[in-house]
Amino acid sequence: MPSAVDINWYIALSGILFVIGALGVLLRRNAIILFMSIELMLNSANLLFVAFARHLGDLDGQVLVFFVITVAAAEVAVGLALIVAIFRTRKSINIDEINLLKG
Amino acid sequence: MIHPILFILLAAVAVAAALGMLLSRNAVHSALYLVLNFMTVAVLYLVLNAPFIAMVQITVYAGAIVILFLFVIMLLGAEKLRGAADEVRGSERYHRYAAVLLAVVLIGVFGYLLFQNSLGSTALSPSIDAGPQALGIALFQSYVFPFQVTGVLLLAAVTGVVIFGHTKKRGKDNA
Repeated sequence: MPSAVDINWYIALSGILFVIGALGVLLRRNAIILFMSIELMLNSANLLFVAFARHLGDLDGQVLVFFVITVAAAEVAVGLALIVAIFRTRKSINIDEINLLKG
Repeated sequence: MIHPILFILLAAVAVAAALGMLLSRNAVHSALYLVLNFMTVAVLYLVLNAPFIAMVQITVYAGAIVILFLFVIMLLGAEKLRGAADEVRGSERYHRYAAVLLAVVLIGVFGYLLFQNSLGSTALSPSIDAGPQALGIALFQSYVFPFQVTGVLLLAAVTGVVIFGHTKKRGKDNA
């Protein structure tokens, strides 16, 4: 076992988390879980940003994470409002059933 | 620097929580697994000399966003999809093939990157001051314009959410 945790370990962890998030988007049909998977992918990207900020001794990576978190919050708010609006008309949040632009 | 065993422990918890989110039948359980994952990543942020980001992660992600998820799940009563006993198995076959293909390709790319060690030296730079004060100075000096754009984005998001939330009152025919 390597004696010190370096940037490669964080790249590996971030990659695994990103793949799990991508699998969630492809495999799950529940729109809410879809959004959670997107959050997981954004989160893994954030982890990589912070790890590289530490690796390079640069603060800019952390500032970028700040912006990503803000955009993720806005995205979730709008997305969940969309899901609520769709649920009102279609009575379902199965994304296979949400296939009409004009319901 | 974090001890390897501690890192492996944290990484295992994070990956297990992510898998739990992916595989839970109940959406509430998924949301709670997501909280666990965010908390673990917040601990890693603390280790990585990013205390402010760690606190933002806990308050915004594990606090606000997941609460929003739980609120919507319970508002809609949509813990489970109706008429889909096994969601993963019930999905289209090409979805599953595409998912496996994507997973293999992504893991392959990450593995290639790691084994090639194309990053050169993995030596750490000296630790920098990354407290709230330093981050605030960076944010309000170098990144003032993106910060303002973020404010506009949040305003647009709030406006959009309010409009989506009031669809019933806009006309009886369409509602």
